[in-house]
Amino acid sequence: MERQATSEIINNAWVEAIRKDFPILHTKVYGKNLVYLDNAATSQKPQVVIDRLVQYYTTQNSNIHRGVHYLAGEATDAYESARMTIARHLNAPDHREIIFTRGATEGLNLIASSWGGQNLKPNDEVLITGMEHHANMVPWQIICEKTGAKLKYIPVFQNGTLDLSQLTSLITDRTKIISAVWISNSIGTINPIAEIIAAGKANNIPVVVDACQAAPHYAIDVQELDADFLVFSGHKVFAPTGIGVLWAKAEHLNQMPPYQSGGDMIDAVYYDRSTYADIPNKFEAGTPHIAGTVALATAMDYVENLGRAKLQQYEQQLTEYVWEGLSQIPEIQILGPQHERIPAFSMVIDGVHPLDLGTFLDLQGIAVRTGNHCTQPLLNHLGVNATARASFAFYNTFAEVDYLVETLTKTISKLKR
Amino acid sequence: MAENTLIDTRKQELISEFDMIGEDWTERYNYIIELGAELPPFPEPFRDDAHKVKGCQSSVWLHASQIDNKIELKGDSDALIVKGLVALVLRIYNQQKPMDVVQADLSWMEQLGLQQHLSPTRKNGLDAMIRQIRLYATAFQAQNQLNEPN
Repeated sequence: MERQATSEIINNAWVEAIRKDFPILHTKVYGKNLVYLDNAATSQKPQVVIDRLVQYYTTQNSNIHRGVHYLAGEATDAYESARMTIARHLNAPDHREIIFTRGATEGLNLIASSWGGQNLKPNDEVLITGMEHHANMVPWQIICEKTGAKLKYIPVFQNGTLDLSQLTSLITDRTKIISAVWISNSIGTINPIAEIIAAGKANNIPVVVDACQAAPHYAIDVQELDADFLVFSGHKVFAPTGIGVLWAKAEHLNQMPPYQSGGDMIDAVYYDRSTYADIPNKFEAGTPHIAGTVALATAMDYVENLGRAKLQQYEQQLTEYVWEGLSQIPEIQILGPQHERIPAFSMVIDGVHPLDLGTFLDLQGIAVRTGNHCTQPLLNHLGVNATARASFAFYNTFAEVDYLVETLTKTISKLKR
Repeated sequence: MAENTLIDTRKQELISEFDMIGEDWTERYNYIIELGAELPPFPEPFRDDAHKVKGCQSSVWLHASQIDNKIELKGDSDALIVKGLVALVLRIYNQQKPMDVVQADLSWMEQLGLQQHLSPTRKNGLDAMIRQIRLYATAFQAQNQLNEPN
């Protein structure tokens, strides 16, 4: 069945032009065109980002800070100017509030270990949601176990949205920090993060935002959001793997002890003690991923130049189109809500194991992810072990959606028991 | 060099069956699924955590016993392709002497193209399955040696 795309923004030439920027999208797998629908796990990289890595290593590579030679200056300038660029993209009031990490996982571990280790006492409470990625759950479990604090959860309705009616009763005078996922990686739900931040503020409790799935789809303004901490990973926003951002209000960062120690984070070292550098260096021990950092700045510039508003409008229409397409297949149940979601669709299929489905989709060139998507407690709560997740980016086309729906229909009828 | 065992014969059978299907992996997976569908039903009392093979993305259950110095295997999975892989493994190792199972080489997986084609996760799952069977076989073999008169 042919479904008609309605708006003029869904213009093939526009998407095709963007697709030309991403060389890997033109890969053939088993002789078929690659249909890459695993963007929630990692995004593909535009040529400008790949070029920036090459350019850095070709013309600028050196270790940063403290070097007196020419290249050390080049590399330091590139690294620190990337920090300024990223601060501008996030509208951070002070570029020293941008800490570079290996990724969101390291950012969350840093917060739990450093802030949590300093501030949590026995019987204090940490409040997270029942929808967290393991990376925003396990570090809190560990620090709670160490400090004697308790971990509490904002419950999740069966429709995959948060039950915020319990928020005020879950916040007690023992609640010391709230950490919440903005958008679910496994089921795509957009949480009312402003409401959670407001509840934290009203009670003088700092709020951490896991923005991993928000950053690829929306512009982030940390001042407008007014949380205390925010993390995301570079590789999900069209930048290399191994680089991520932790933004935090300077008032917190200045108070917190270092997370790792070694080079770059010290002020002075004596045999019997050390004093630490100011932020951001205090939290960037060792030689960082310099090339990844400068390429992250390039990736964020690239997306901004494409036009956030237009990308968002396109993705919104793509999301609705996928929902309609998948809804035509009666065996498919999509986890999470129809509206207030990103185009990441976790499918449960009556009588078909996600692993079998994923394998046969792969043979048709379609890359989806199967499993629990690092959210075992959430999937258990929703009564499933594993799903097949198709997640889209702005470079995915309506034709790819049609191909997915068609291939799913054929594959399910073949595999259904 | 050990003499040709029944295991070798069964491996050869499988390899020539796969060769007949050709290089199209959709067809190969279809065949693997068919093999899985022919597995005898798994005894329900053994469908528990104790008989689950760890390290598989899907659930795999294995049960082994020894009858007349031969290993008797039963297996199942909740995913069709994996169930087919269970059937493949069982076809090679079932009703063999524990010592032959322990000593059997694993080149058949490579010869079937499984090593190259399976995703790393699934390969780990298959390895875990075979490791589990060899563990059972080793245990049976040790038991048999204990029971042998001196």
